[in-house]
Amino acid sequence: MLGLGVDRLQADINRLLTSLFHQGVLDEQFLQLQQLQDDTSPTFVYDVINIYFDESEKLLRNLRLLLVDREFSDYKKIGLHLNQLVGSSSSIGARRVRNVCVAFRSASELNNRPGCLRGLEVVEHEYHYLKNMMHELFQLEQQRLLAAGVRYPM
Amino acid sequence: VYVRRTQFTIFFRIQNHCLKTKSKMATKSTGDIEKTKSIEMKKKLNVLIVDDDPLNLKIHERIIKTIGGISQMAKNGEEAVIIHRDGRASFDLILMDKEMPERDGVSTTKKLREMKVTSMIVGVTSLADREEERRAFMEAGLNHCLAKPLTKEKILPLINHLMDA
Repeated sequence: MLGLGVDRLQADINRLLTSLFHQGVLDEQFLQLQQLQDDTSPTFVYDVINIYFDESEKLLRNLRLLLVDREFSDYKKIGLHLNQLVGSSSSIGARRVRNVCVAFRSASELNNRPGCLRGLEVVEHEYHYLKNMMHELFQLEQQRLLAAGVRYPM
Repeated sequence: VYVRRTQFTIFFRIQNHCLKTKSKMATKSTGDIEKTKSIEMKKKLNVLIVDDDPLNLKIHERIIKTIGGISQMAKNGEEAVIIHRDGRASFDLILMDKEMPERDGVSTTKKLREMKVTSMIVGVTSLADREEERRAFMEAGLNHCLAKPLTKEKILPLINHLMDA
């Protein structure tokens, strides 16, 4: 029974990952992260993704604070934040978030405030979708490890 | 007495990215006889990772570890300069991010070369960087430039080249 539980959970994990790759939410860079994880660093992917969430939320907060200010004109700052978000999203394989950040950045380069506001909404939407999917993935992984009798601090 | 035997096979994964440092040749001369003793020291690849992004620091540190190296981190260029100030720092490889607060990658690379740092310095650029920015980074004193995201596959050829040298 224990083995079947582990197998079923592994199948669920594989199905979720396949779906995320198929939707373009993740790309091969995520696989690179998985390959860096082993028994000596069993929570590497989880740790990296959590750093990404922490840093991204700071950047998204800063972007929103800049754009809601009616007097706002510092598009260069917007560009710098977006460069960071593009870079970090690329580093973890978050392809859709990266792509919408690139589109947002184009609007900021044209000093287009309405375009930037729209861009921010799209980025926030994609980011939250990714975050929810990652949480689902990590929950399944945690359940799989418990079913297999393995305990890692998470 | 019946003795039962059990055979175990143990597999070790050997990390082979250990660098041979220069051989120390100690020559002792006693009259007409010259004795030469060579001491070869082996050490792990020693890398300095210079980046303000905690995500990149984590990933790059892990990449270096999985290829058998050890790493130290500097959160910006100024920290990297301070690490080298007493002249005792000895890194085989420095991974240098371009955009950093306090002192950026271009300025840091120039400064380290002025300080006669001979480590291989590999710049890590983003896709947002224009061609002229990359060129300026190379001209600051880089040995190579790689685009993010960094992967094992991108860095291994450089490390193999370092080992061959």
